[in-house]
Parts: sequence; C-alpha cells; structure tokens
Amino acid sequence: MSKIKSDACWQDLPDGGIIPEGATSAEFKTGDWRSEKPIWHEDRCIQCLQCWINCPDSSILVAEQKMTGIDYDHCKGCGICASVCPPKANAITMESE
Amino acid sequence: MSERILIEGNEAVALALKLIDPDVVAAYPITPATEVVQKFSEYVADGEVGTEFVAVESEHSAMSACIGASTAGGRVMTATSSQGLGLMWEMLYIAASLRAPITMAVANRALSGNINIHCDHSDSMGARDAGWIQLFSENTQEIFDNMIQAIRIAEHPDVRLPAMVCYDGFVISHAREVIDSLSKDEVQEFVGQYEPQLSLLDMEAKTVGPLDLQDFYFEHKRSQAEGYVAIPRVIEEVGQEFGQKFGRSYGLVEEYKMEGADVALVALGSTNGTIKDVVDSMQESGKKVGLLKIRSFRPFPADLIKQSLSKVKAVGVFDRSMTFGGWGNPLFNEIRSVMYGGNGQAIPILDRIYGLGGREISMAEIEEYADEVLAVAKGEQAEVIDYIGVR
Repeated sequence: MSKIKSDACWQDLPDGGIIPEGATSAEFKTGDWRSEKPIWHEDRCIQCLQCWINCPDSSILVAEQKMTGIDYDHCKGCGICASVCPPKANAITMESE
Repeated sequence: MSERILIEGNEAVALALKLIDPDVVAAYPITPATEVVQKFSEYVADGEVGTEFVAVESEHSAMSACIGASTAGGRVMTATSSQGLGLMWEMLYIAASLRAPITMAVANRALSGNINIHCDHSDSMGARDAGWIQLFSENTQEIFDNMIQAIRIAEHPDVRLPAMVCYDGFVISHAREVIDSLSKDEVQEFVGQYEPQLSLLDMEAKTVGPLDLQDFYFEHKRSQAEGYVAIPRVIEEVGQEFGQKFGRSYGLVEEYKMEGADVALVALGSTNGTIKDVVDSMQESGKKVGLLKIRSFRPFPADLIKQSLSKVKAVGVFDRSMTFGGWGNPLFNEIRSVMYGGNGQAIPILDRIYGLGGREISMAEIEEYADEVLAVAKGEQAEVIDYIGVR
C-alpha cells in the first residue's frame, strides 16, 4: 500500500483508522514537544548506560554497547537521563530550547 | 429442519449463539441478560460449541476482549444489559471506530438510580450515538431471527460495523414463547464462514487504534459515516433472504394495518405486540389507527418512515426512555425530524413517555392515546409531550 499523504481525503483512508504498516510510531517526531534539551558531554561520560536503560522514549543512541548521542527527533526532554546520570560524572545536563 | 419449541427469550439468544457457534464470546452476566451467558457457558462446558468463552471481570473488559478478538479476525458475540452496557460505554465507540463487526444481545433494562432491574430503553438509547447498528425485537421469535441476521448484516463487506440486538428485559427475556427454531446446518449455511478484512494474526504488519489528531480524526469519522449508508440495503437483503429460506421476512420497519389509516402509532420493542391487538380491535370498531413498528433504530430508516407516515394525518409516538431537559424524547425526536425536514409533511406528532422501569402499559391506555391522536387529526389540541401510566 502506498503511503498516505498528509492532505488525503476520507475516501483515501483505510477503514477503521488502521495504518497498513507496523512500527509507525518512529515516524511521529515527538522531539518538537520538548521545552528542555538534554546535552551529552562525551568527555565526562563513564558509559554506565543508566540513561539508555531509563529513557522512556528509546532516544539514547547506542552503538557497540556504547552511548553515541541523543535522538533529538524523538526525545521529549523529560530529563530522566540527566536525573539518573551519576552525579560525579554529570555527563548529561538540561538546557532550555 | 425447523422445530417448534417453547423457550424463554434469553434461552433463545443462547440457542442462536450455539447454532452460530462463534469463535469468541467474552461476557459478564447482568440481570436480565444473565441467562444468556449462563446457558451459553453450559454449551461451552458440554462441548456443544467450539467457542472460546472468556469469563471476564467486568463489562468494560468484556467489550475490550471482544474488540481484541474481533480485530484478530474472529467472529465475536456477547450479551449485556443496562449498567453493563453503561460500563462498556467507551469501548462501544472504539468497536465501531475500528469497524469490528461484533454482535451483541442487549436485554433492555432501566438505568440506575434508583436501582431497577426492569424494562425500558434508556440503556440502548444512551448508546445510540456509539456507532452500533440497533435492531429492536418485538418477541422471542424476532430475537432469535435477529441474532442470526445481525451476524450477516454486521459482517457484510460493505458494512463491517458492530450490531446490537435489543429486546425488552423481563417482558421478553424471561417470558416463554413458542418459536420456530432452526437446525445448526441451516444456521451455519445462512451465516457462512466469516472472512475478516482485518486480522492481527496474519503476517502483514499493521497498526490498529493509533493516535489520530487534528490532521486525520475528522476524515476517519467521515469515512466511518459512509459505513452506515449501505446498512439499510443490507438489512433488507438479509431480511428477504431469511424469509425466502425460513419463511419469515424482515425489513427496516413493519407497517401494520396502515392501509387507509388516518393516524399511525410508532413504537420500539415488545409494546408493538400489544399495540397490534389494540389496532385490531379499534379497526373493528371503525377507527382508522395503524402501526409503524421500527425494527432498525440505527440506522434510522428516514425515507421509509417519511413515506409511510406521509399517508396519515397525525402520529402518536411511544418513547420508553427519557431525555431529561431536552425537548421530546429519542424516538419522537427522530420521527419529528424526519417528518418536518425537506419534503416531509407538517402533520401533528405527539410523544408519550411510558413504561419506565418496567411499568406496564395496558391496552386501555394505548387505546386512549390512539383516540387522542385521532382527535388531533381532526383538529383538536393536545399536549405534544406527555406521559402514559405515571401517577
């Protein structure tokens, strides 16, 4: 099925409000809900991955078991990552958008 | 083969469920629909059906389980009443929005408070805007037949919407009547194999019930509205096919002795049976009173009703529920709206609230109302909205 365009009329939509594909939530960019932005300081990071474990929006990017950054397309700026980051490391701080 | 049996209304629903043998029944018992679930669970325990019976902890869960099973591609049925239907409220809308063709028996009962277990139509009327088809049954035979037809109507490819089969609590649910039953083979052949358009169990990825905001919700509601356009045709087709096969035909409405009638009475449910007797005796004494029985309240067959009532000089509507603080009550408001809009004729239409909480209505009371409508047809004045049988 072809992609539903944002200006599609009611006749063009699948019945029941169903989206004929899976995992579509990734396409919904929730990053613009954010009023505060987490900043990752790589030099202070101890790679404990507490932020990755606790992020409710799977927005901590990880490669080869190491944190590599933050997915700002989906991060809503809740600040949990900054809160769980060990105080001695203080590798994630919040900043106003 | 057709068999003539003596059966209670609720047992007739359970029997229809047994003969349909749905994939899933998720239900919670509530008076006066309890026996449906009780009897059907016996069929399940005795291995007479292949149904997965889900005994849930509330009606909210019952409807939730039904929605899950229906979106998984199953043929799904349930039964409830009154407060139970109330507890299903938010899920009713979701079932219709997802185009889940669930079929549900509703034994009509008053809503609390105070606590009352007897018949009126407040429960179904509260759910009238949820998007469900609503068929009202006059007697036990009609419940049985409506349950079987509702499956075909709800699951029709042009419809795919949930359906309620409504019948008057206690008046019908607990009364024994003789009905013509059908065999399992006959019912199975009539309902056929369910072929869902949507199944979460197939291997194609899909998202059901996603977030739907300002950008698409309105279009989805507009699309849902289109589902109701086909229903009247499907109800008539299924009702005619049922008649050809089993000798009892059904439509959206039933005109009873409307030929040459000066006035028409309009009602839902079991009261139609009593009104028919009144119409018989009044016509014998030369009073031209007819009856228009509404079988399908949702969708409301506006054109047929307009056609039928345009032939009379006045109409008397029976409402077995009340819209507090509104002007007029559910059936009256629809009838009046149909008759006064567009090409409808401006004829006097009266509304009488009756039978709340199971209060009986007598033939004498119906006749008195019919006489009042006849007088209004001749130009006399009467209260537009009033009560029958309240002290």
